Amino acid sequence: MSSLEVAGKSITLTEEGYLENFADWNKEVAEALAKQENIELTDNHWKVIETLQAKYKESGELPTLRRLSKDCGLKTKDLYDLFPERPLKKAAKLAGLPKPTGCG
Amino acid sequence: MSNQEAVKKIAIIISKNTLEDVYAGLVMANGAVMDGIETIMFFTFFGLDAITKKTMNDLKVGSPESFMAKMPPMDAPMPENITDFVTDKMKEQFESMDFPPVDEFMEMISAGGGKIYACKLAADMFHLTKEDFCDEVNGIISVGEMYEMAGGAQMVFI
Repeated sequence: MSSLEVAGKSITLTEEGYLENFADWNKEVAEALAKQENIELTDNHWKVIETLQAKYKESGELPTLRRLSKDCGLKTKDLYDLFPERPLKKAAKLAGLPKPTGCG
Repeated sequence: MSNQEAVKKIAIIISKNTLEDVYAGLVMANGAVMDGIETIMFFTFFGLDAITKKTMNDLKVGSPESFMAKMPPMDAPMPENITDFVTDKMKEQFESMDFPPVDEFMEMISAGGGKIYACKLAADMFHLTKEDFCDEVNGIISVGEMYEMAGGAQMVFI
């Protein structure tokens, strides 16, 4: 367990840096998490984050990377450019969602 | 889990052309790429069918009986061509779980930085050249070159 200071508030994170409670998420928290990953958030990042959150709310599950790319209208390569090396895991983290546990 | 060192680099060698074997390798390779693990795939012998444009999307299940044994009993009589039947079923299942056909899988692995190679000996044996392979194939290489590239990798043979 660790924590992240955002605007004077301490946010609880899991050992791997995911939010413990989605209720703590807001755009400033996403910015702070992005900074930890050396990511500068652009419109496409927000599109991915918002799509992930909407899909998770709808189904209670995270999509596969393939589904996410289709839902966002972005190529797989774009997702790797936006969230280097671990696109699904990093996007889920910045969206305040749990660590993906699927195989795809 | 956090105390354990995760795999950093993996080389997956595929020597078979059956759908279940090829998918096992592709799922592992794509999973590795998605986790930032340096990934090399080396296709040899019948495995070349999985990167050959003409054959890559027509791979068949090798053990249809094993698949049938895991399915609920069917009311309908057994289809005449059980291999084709099971192959279609398995493809449907993969698609329903959001796993792509073989050609798209290669694109995904390549888009994430995974490297895909054909075995030179097997390519020569089957008279296949670069033009026969899908665009994602990074080269046709010898066993020696493969070992050089795989330095420090965990190796998986299918």
